[in-house]
Amino acid sequence: MLTDQAGKGVHNDTPGPGQSAQNPLRTGGDLLQLVSPDGERISHPEFDVWVKDVGDEALCSLYEDMTVIRRIDAEATALQRQGELALWPPLLGQEASQIGSSRSLRDDDFVFPSYRESGVAYVRGAHLSEIARVWRGNASYGWDPQRINLATPQIIIGSQSLHATGYAMGVQLDGANTAVLAYFGDGATSEGDVNEAMVFAASYQAPVVFFCQNNHWAISEPVRLQSHVQLADRPTGFGIPSIRVDGNDVLAVMAATRVALDRARSGGGPTFIEAVTYRMGPHTTADDPTRYRDPIELEDWAAKDPILRLRKLLEAKGLLTEDVEARVKAKADAVAAELRSSCIGMADPQPLDVFNHVYSTPNPWIERQKDHYSRYLNSFNESVEEGAL
Amino acid sequence: MSKLTFARAINAGLRKSLENDPKVVLMGEDIGSLGGVFRVTDGLQKDFGKHRVIDSPLAESGIIGTAVGLAYRGYRPVCEIQFDGFIYPAFDQIVSQVAKMHYRTQGRVKMPITIRVPFGGGIGSPEHHSESPEAYFTHTSGLRVVAVSNPQDAYTMIQQAIASDDPVLYFEPKRRYHDKGDVDEAIDLSTALPLDKAAVVNGGSDVTLVAYGPLVKTAKDAAMAAADDGISVEVIDLRSLAPVDYPVVEASVRKTGRLVITHEAGQSGGLGAEIAASITERCFHYLESAPVRITGFDVPYPYSKLEMHHLPDLDRILDGVDRALGRPNSLSGLEG
Repeated sequence: MLTDQAGKGVHNDTPGPGQSAQNPLRTGGDLLQLVSPDGERISHPEFDVWVKDVGDEALCSLYEDMTVIRRIDAEATALQRQGELALWPPLLGQEASQIGSSRSLRDDDFVFPSYRESGVAYVRGAHLSEIARVWRGNASYGWDPQRINLATPQIIIGSQSLHATGYAMGVQLDGANTAVLAYFGDGATSEGDVNEAMVFAASYQAPVVFFCQNNHWAISEPVRLQSHVQLADRPTGFGIPSIRVDGNDVLAVMAATRVALDRARSGGGPTFIEAVTYRMGPHTTADDPTRYRDPIELEDWAAKDPILRLRKLLEAKGLLTEDVEARVKAKADAVAAELRSSCIGMADPQPLDVFNHVYSTPNPWIERQKDHYSRYLNSFNESVEEGAL
Repeated sequence: MSKLTFARAINAGLRKSLENDPKVVLMGEDIGSLGGVFRVTDGLQKDFGKHRVIDSPLAESGIIGTAVGLAYRGYRPVCEIQFDGFIYPAFDQIVSQVAKMHYRTQGRVKMPITIRVPFGGGIGSPEHHSESPEAYFTHTSGLRVVAVSNPQDAYTMIQQAIASDDPVLYFEPKRRYHDKGDVDEAIDLSTALPLDKAAVVNGGSDVTLVAYGPLVKTAKDAAMAAADDGISVEVIDLRSLAPVDYPVVEASVRKTGRLVITHEAGQSGGLGAEIAASITERCFHYLESAPVRITGFDVPYPYSKLEMHHLPDLDRILDGVDRALGRPNSLSGLEG
């Protein structure tokens, strides 16, 4: 399946078996895995049914999306190094977590991301220029949240977990069967807001999925500094069921997310997913992980690379044909080129734009400052004219 | 026209908003069956249901953070923060999310959230129950901040705040909750004085006295007392603290040439400082004397046996009026 950048949510794969199936939840403990790091399909008595519709074509399409977002990530990192982006938060290593989860969503579901979910934005149908412009400094938002049901990147750690819960409370008031999903990381689980979100979600049985990408590092702080128990054990205390899933196994992530979304839609309340993955790159392009991270750890995780794993599965199934490889490469090349050209060709905002949209109605304080600053800027034009005379 | 206490007037306004707009939901601690610790939401859950008058867990950031999500979904949440001093756990959500969302999304996502805050002292409470945190919020771009001073405004302005597409901090003077006043419940909101306008509540010609919230009554009493001494004090009820309705204050100061500002909050970096600076900039040549601030001290809100010393009262305000007029006052002869 090819991505249509103009459309929204073209990637909505058929949901799982629906309400008839059991929701096989676990609390901590075992790591759900459907594909081994060697690319071997591992059968699971409860979760297999949730991905039974994911056939050869869908697997190739997941592979394409993961490859494309890795390419977006590499291109954006390069653009930052070349001074075209002010900053970029890499997602390298988290492709299976982001694609497996976002490909499980429906159009009408609503997503509250952190700042690292550029892969999710791509799947939801954000334009590449929209993904780039926040990090270029050209705007404080990328896409129109209401167009693709994806909130703007959230930089305050964990803040969006409460927004997702509130949105889910609104879904309940509307009597809709929409699900809401919040992304956050391992560091965010220490924030009060994430804990308060779990309290509220449990109290009201809100249709929200807490999707925690445990990438093992909150900038320089290892996950053991945040928690002495597995992150998937924490929601148990709030009365929220959880699934601990191999975040580098796209099929397992998809199964877990579909279970959680199904629970949300069918009145089952909130679910917490801990996707165990690894941030293979720096926190952002301003970070230097060599100061705090053992290179051997990175090597270990490189062996569990999510794309490599899916390639091995596809190879074993005889699906990784030259045709597929060429198609995926062409797509990644095209997306990277579009990202680059749209980024470099982006028009700068105008100086007086700084005053716009603080309020929905005109505000006399801001209008006055805008007027004064406008006069100040114009004074340069006048002095040039005077000098010319 | 009906005679209502301040608390009942807010209750009536909330009721009207709940009736008129199905997207209005109330949320807060103890606002349901209890009706709020000040009974402002009394009876509303019974009449509108638990889904619209929501008792929330004891988590202020959670209340405001979920309100952001509800607003995202198209709702108009009205959040009660139980006491002024309990708002700080929600400060991050208010400042980083509620205030900035419209700007961040360039108007794609609106935050029509009203945050009701009982504020101010004078009720003999323990710590954290008598604070005046309004300046934190007037300093925060993206928020509207109002303080109501009488039952009619309380009734009208709560509805205007809820109808506003921008977030509004709505400060309620808790020591006035039981004061009664005439309320026209049939008032037409479209022709009522807009939310961001100040009101001259006592005409005068010698000194302009600016107050808001609980001190409007004190300021009016002070004006009446001053009149006995032949001093004509014009009292302005600011109503809106962000934005301040400067044209009304300017017009008054151009007439009187003298300005006194009073609030319960501490002086440094307070609203009085901002108003004094702005009025000095805007009408310097009309001023006959330096603006005077009569405020709470720059101390943590004191224990209740001392609060009457902290709170500006009629006599301290009159002393400030004397200072503005160059009449003998408590600081006469003191340089600087």
